Amino acid sequence: MTGPMRRLPVGPALVIVLFVLVAIFADVLSPDDPYEQHLRARFTPPAWLAGGSWQHPLGTDRLGRDLLSRIIYGTRVSLAAGVVTVAVSALAGAGIGLLAGYHRGRVGGVLMRATDATLAFPIILLALVLAVTMGPRFLNVVIAIAVILWARYARVIYGEVVSLMERDFITMARAMGCSALRIIAVHLFPNTAHTLIVLVSLQIGYVIIVEAALSFLGAGIPPPTPAWGSMVAEGREFVTSAWWVSFFPGVAILLVVLAFNLFGDWLRDVLDPKLRQL
Amino acid sequence: MRRFVLTRIVQSVVTLLVLSLMVFLLARATGDPLSLVLPLGATQEDYENARHYLGLDLPLSVQYVKFIANAVRGDFGISLRVRRPVVDLLWERFPNSLALAAVSMALSLALAFPLGVLAAVHRDRALDRAAKIVATLGQALPTFWLGIVLIEVVAGRLQWLPAGGTGDLSHYVMPAFTLAWFVLAGIMRLLRSSLLEVLDSDFVRTARAKGVPEAGVVWRHALRNALIPVVTFAGVYFAILVTTAIVVETVFAWPGMGRLAYEAITARDFPVIQAVVLVTALVVVVANFTVDLLYVYLDPRIRYG
Repeated sequence: MTGPMRRLPVGPALVIVLFVLVAIFADVLSPDDPYEQHLRARFTPPAWLAGGSWQHPLGTDRLGRDLLSRIIYGTRVSLAAGVVTVAVSALAGAGIGLLAGYHRGRVGGVLMRATDATLAFPIILLALVLAVTMGPRFLNVVIAIAVILWARYARVIYGEVVSLMERDFITMARAMGCSALRIIAVHLFPNTAHTLIVLVSLQIGYVIIVEAALSFLGAGIPPPTPAWGSMVAEGREFVTSAWWVSFFPGVAILLVVLAFNLFGDWLRDVLDPKLRQL
Repeated sequence: MRRFVLTRIVQSVVTLLVLSLMVFLLARATGDPLSLVLPLGATQEDYENARHYLGLDLPLSVQYVKFIANAVRGDFGISLRVRRPVVDLLWERFPNSLALAAVSMALSLALAFPLGVLAAVHRDRALDRAAKIVATLGQALPTFWLGIVLIEVVAGRLQWLPAGGTGDLSHYVMPAFTLAWFVLAGIMRLLRSSLLEVLDSDFVRTARAKGVPEAGVVWRHALRNALIPVVTFAGVYFAILVTTAIVVETVFAWPGMGRLAYEAITARDFPVIQAVVLVTALVVVVANFTVDLLYVYLDPRIRYG
């Protein structure tokens, strides 16, 4: 273990592992049913404040639902949205980037123009249109973000492939008569994998924020499913009297995004220090 | 150069047309807008009259061509929700958005530049660490949540600033700060890493060797070259700014285009949705075009066309 390996970000790594475990074991860890309403116990403050009880450690919301349990279940939505969306975008983007980099001419030009046009389109606008025309659903959130996010992968991978294509081993492979598919799959793809891994880790946090913003605007995961963004929105009207309803889901978003971003930064320093974050 | 400009203009128009077709089809793909406009007791006949009056009974292709022809002349139809010409709504809202975006962008550039440069120059020292914390937090704080917390603490408990809406300069402070923090984080990090790379290059070593003062090396020789990647991604940052503005305008009740989009989308107000998306896209396309021209100016090695 030398160099940056020694500086493994223990804190962020632990936070990520913790949130993943919470998502997997949500039903075991939750003190209460996240959907059950206790109408007599509406807006119960957190346990350490006057009027709070350890029955609802972080208090309850407008309908008397246990906030901690809802945050715990909300972990599933956020992590799933982050991982699935980034996986889909990375696959599509890497594919297009590899193809465009291999066929530099017409095909590549058209593909990269499309990439640039996509890159400059505001994600939330498209996501809002999709959510309202096709209904607020988990799948639509993934589609809406992925339809734009792939372009970031395509851009970076394209740049990598263009410089790889100049290298001797690719010229050799072509001289030996390798097919385009073989060159892309066996020679080009493995050499861009480290960049792909770094980008994936850097983007999960961003996607979690975008999903939360969409849920906040009512275009993400529909209620009553607990999602952090919509929980912040639900508490917004009552911030003055019951600040905890909006506050704690926001802290959860901040923590998990911070952990993913710091981990991604470290991974970049180790694997691909020249990579710039978009 | 002229060929380059022409090609980019044609490309921009094609991008806008494809986008307009997408939005047009999506907006009509599902649901009947009339079910939101007409009262519950409306008869079949009422529906047909309204459909005919709004031109929704024509074939889709005819509707699209009419839509484009009108849009080019600045006529985006009538809002289904407030029954007013969409152009009027745009003219009311656009200046507000532009003002907020301009103030935020100025604020983020004014902070990102010195912070990014100083962080690179004082690498791994206290200032660099502080700048890194600012940037890392900026990219991890959910904008909408930060906005709510600011409104509750600064406007609610402390009563220092107004909670929302437009007005004098004090109304700009919180929304502009919220919007700027997220954008400045990305610009600052990119500037820092790109400046570090440039400071390590041969021409900088030469400049130092021939006795150029360190400040001159950094600000005159290195910065201009370090700016190239920042300008490359300027279009992306602009898109991020527009995206974040929708959330910020909604939270701070800022009467801009972002909030108009949110209101129109929740009310299925098709003409307004189309207009907002197209105008936003137009602004983004124009911004990207300007960036491309700036790019050629900054980096004479690049010759297009």
